[in-house]
Amino acid sequence: MDLTLRVWRQAGPEVPGHFETHEMRDVSPDMSFLELFDTLNERLIAEGREPVAFDHDCREGICGSCSMMINGRPHGPERGTATCQLHLRKLPDGATITVEPWRAAGFPIIRDLVVDRSAFDRIIEAGGYITAPTGSAPDANEILIPKEVADAAMDAAACIGCGACVAACPNGAAQLFTAAKYAHLSLLPQGQPERWTRVVRMVREMERWFGSCTNHGECEAACPKEISIDFIALLNRDYVKAQLRNRALAGQRG
Amino acid sequence: MAVSGIVLLGFVLVHMIGNLKVYLGAEAINRYGEWLRELGEPALPRTAALWIVRAVLAGAFVAHVVAAAQLTALNRRARPVGYRSPRDYVAANFASRTMRWTGVIVALFVVFHLLDLTWGTANPKFVRGEVYDNMVASFRRVPVAIAYIAANVALAIHIFHGAWSLFQTLGWSNPRLNPARRWFAAGFAAVIGIGNISMPLLIVTRVVG
Repeated sequence: MDLTLRVWRQAGPEVPGHFETHEMRDVSPDMSFLELFDTLNERLIAEGREPVAFDHDCREGICGSCSMMINGRPHGPERGTATCQLHLRKLPDGATITVEPWRAAGFPIIRDLVVDRSAFDRIIEAGGYITAPTGSAPDANEILIPKEVADAAMDAAACIGCGACVAACPNGAAQLFTAAKYAHLSLLPQGQPERWTRVVRMVREMERWFGSCTNHGECEAACPKEISIDFIALLNRDYVKAQLRNRALAGQRG
Repeated sequence: MAVSGIVLLGFVLVHMIGNLKVYLGAEAINRYGEWLRELGEPALPRTAALWIVRAVLAGAFVAHVVAAAQLTALNRRARPVGYRSPRDYVAANFASRTMRWTGVIVALFVVFHLLDLTWGTANPKFVRGEVYDNMVASFRRVPVAIAYIAANVALAIHIFHGAWSLFQTLGWSNPRLNPARRWFAAGFAAVIGIGNISMPLLIVTRVVG
C-alpha cells in the first residue's frame, strides 16, 4: 500500500519545527506504524539525512514509550491500541497521515516526535508508592481482597504512562494518568495508610504541570489501555474527603 | 465549578417553574411575584428572604465565573503551543467544547435580563410589580424575544454538559447509576430549554398575552 506521511520535524527544544512530507510507496499493510518509521529512517540514513527521532521500546503495547499524534488522535484511529500495535491495514490505502508529537507544557519537545514525560515521574514521586516492610515476602492471600476490588485495581494499574490522556485532552490535563496511578494503590488494603495524603500530594503535583479536567472524556477514548474516567471521579471524591475529614479518626495518615 | 453550578441549576429550575405561571394568567404570576417578596414573613422582615436568596445567587454566580476564569488560565498555560494539524475529537461533544462561549452568552444575557425585567431600565413600559404586563411588553418586541430564545438555547447547551460534568467533578460515580447521569443532564437541559423558550416564543407570536 502507499501512504503520504507528513511528519513533524524539530531539531531541538527551542527551535521552530515544521512538517516534512515523505511518500511511502509499496509498504506492507502488515507493518506496524513504528515499522513504517523504521522504513522511513533507513531510507533517510541511506540518503545521508537525519532520521526522525521517535520514542519506542517494547513494541508490544506495554511500555508506554510510543507517543505519536496520528491524524489528530493520540496513537491513531484504533481504539485501545498504542502506536506500536497500530497496523497499516487499519489505515486507508493512499491516505495522507499527519504525525506530530504530544503537545503540552508538561511534555516539552526534545526532538521531532520525542517529548520529555518526566512530569509523570514527578507525580508518581509525590504519592505513587506505599510504605511496606521489606524482608521476606508475605504469604500469598494473607490479606483478603474481594475479586471485584482486585479487578478494579488491576484496571487502573493497566496504565502504561504513555501520556495519550494529556495529549488528547483539550485542556492538557493529566487527570486520567494521575487517577489511574492513584486508584491502583488506593483501592487495595496495602495502599490505605497514605491514601488521603497521597491524593492531595499527587493532585498538587499534577496541577503544577498540567491543565484541569472539565470532563470532556477525550482521555478515556484515547487511552490505549481503555482506562475509565470513573477513576477520575474516585480521585475527585477522595480529594474532597481528604480536605474535609479528620484524617486520624478516619484511619488515615495526617 | 460544580458546587456553584448546582446552586445555579437549582435557581434556573425554580425560576422557570415560577415564570411558567404566566400561563395561568396575570393574577397568578403577579401574586407569585408578591409572594417572593413576602417569603419568610413574619419570621423575617419583608423581602429579607428574597435578598438572602439573591445574595447566595450572586455569590454562586461570581464563584462560577471566577472558577471558569481560573480553569481557562490553567488550561491555556498547560498547552501554550497547540497542535499544528487538525484534532479528531472522539468523546468531547459540542456542548463540552463550547462551555466558555455558552457561559459568556448566558452571563451577558443575565445582565440584559436584569435590566429588562428586574430594574426595567431596558423596558420602556416597565411597571414595578406588574409581572405579567412587563413580560408581555418585553417579549412582544421581536429582537428581544429572539435574544431570549437564543440565550436559552445557549443555557440548555451549557446545562447539557454541566449537569453531567458535576457528577464527575464531585466524584458521584457508581456503575449502576452512571448511565442515568447523561439522561439527567439531557432531561434537565430539555426541561429548562423548552420551558424558558416557550414563554418568549408564545408571547411574541401572540398565542399568549
